[in-house]
Amino acid sequence: MQALRRFGRFWYDFVVGDDWRVALGVIAALALTYGISRSSAPVWWLLPLSVLALLALSVRRAVRAR
Amino acid sequence: MTGGALFVAVFLACAVEAVEATTIVLAAGTARDWRSALSGTGAGIALLAALVAAVGPALSHVPLRGLRLVVGGLLLVFGLQWLRKAVLRASGVKALHDEDEIYREELAAAEAAPARRIGAVPDWYAFTLSFKGVVLEGLEVAFIALTFGANQHNTPLAAVAAGAAIGVVALAGVVVRRPLARVPENTMKFVVGVMLSAFGTFWGGEGAGAHWPGTDAALLLLVPLYALAALAMAAALRSMTARSSPAALAGLGDGAGGGS
Repeated sequence: MQALRRFGRFWYDFVVGDDWRVALGVIAALALTYGISRSSAPVWWLLPLSVLALLALSVRRAVRAR
Repeated sequence: MTGGALFVAVFLACAVEAVEATTIVLAAGTARDWRSALSGTGAGIALLAALVAAVGPALSHVPLRGLRLVVGGLLLVFGLQWLRKAVLRASGVKALHDEDEIYREELAAAEAAPARRIGAVPDWYAFTLSFKGVVLEGLEVAFIALTFGANQHNTPLAAVAAGAAIGVVALAGVVVRRPLARVPENTMKFVVGVMLSAFGTFWGGEGAGAHWPGTDAALLLLVPLYALAALAMAAALRSMTARSSPAALAGLGDGAGGGS
C-alpha cells in the first residue's frame, strides 16, 4: 500500500508538479478551445492568452506564498 | 516546425537535465565508489532506453490529433512549471540553481551513508543514488524527445539531439571531474520553458481543433511572445523586490516554488 502511494505520488509530482492549478487551468483552456472550435468561430487566440494568464497567476502565487 | 527547432529544443532540455544527473553521479563516484556509481548510471540509461524503445513505436499508432491534444497539454504543464521557476530565478525571488552547492550537499549525504554490498555491486548506496539521479532527471527528457519526435514524424532526429546532449555533457563531466557549474543552466531552463510552452500551445491547440493563422509560422510568434512576457514578468518582480525592505528580500531568497 505504501509503495502504491509512493508510486502514485511520484507520477502526480512528475505530471502535475507543484502547482495543480496550472494543470487544471491547462485542461480547462484545452476543453474550452475544443468547445469553441465546434462552432466556426476562430479560437486560436484562447490558448496563448490562457498560458500567459496561468503563468502570471502561478508566479504571483509563488511570490505570495513567501 | 523545422528540424533545427526540434533539434535545439530537445538538445537544450536534455543538456539541462544531463548536467543535473552528472552532478549526482559525480558526487556518488567521488564520495563512494566509481564502479558502483557508473553501474547505476548504466542501469538508469538502459531503463530509459528500454522505455523509449517500448513507448516510441506505440506512439506512432496513436491518431495524430489525439496525440497532439494529450502531448500538447502535458508539454504546456511542464513548460509552465519550467517557465515559472525560470521567472522566479531571473527575478531573484528564488535562488539560482547552483550545481556547486547541490554537489556539496550530495557529497555530504553520500559520505555520511553506511556502505553495503549487494551481489556484484560493491556499494549499493552509490549505485542507487546514480540510478535514481539518471532515471528521475531523464524521464522528463525521454518524454520530451519522444513526443517532439512523434509529433514531427522525426523521432530519429530527436534521438540524435538527445544523444548528442548527453554525450557532450558526459564528456565535459569526465574531463573536468567536477560539477558543470559554468554551464548557463538557468538561462537554458528559461529557453526550454519558453519552447515547451510554445510547442505545447501549438500542438494542444491543433489537437483541440484550433486552426493557427499561418499554420507552422504561428510558432515564430508564440516563442517570442512567451519569451518577452516571461522577461517582462521577471523584470517587474525584480523591481518590486528591489523596492522591498532588506528583511523582506532576505525572506524571499529561498524556497519559492519547487525543485529543479
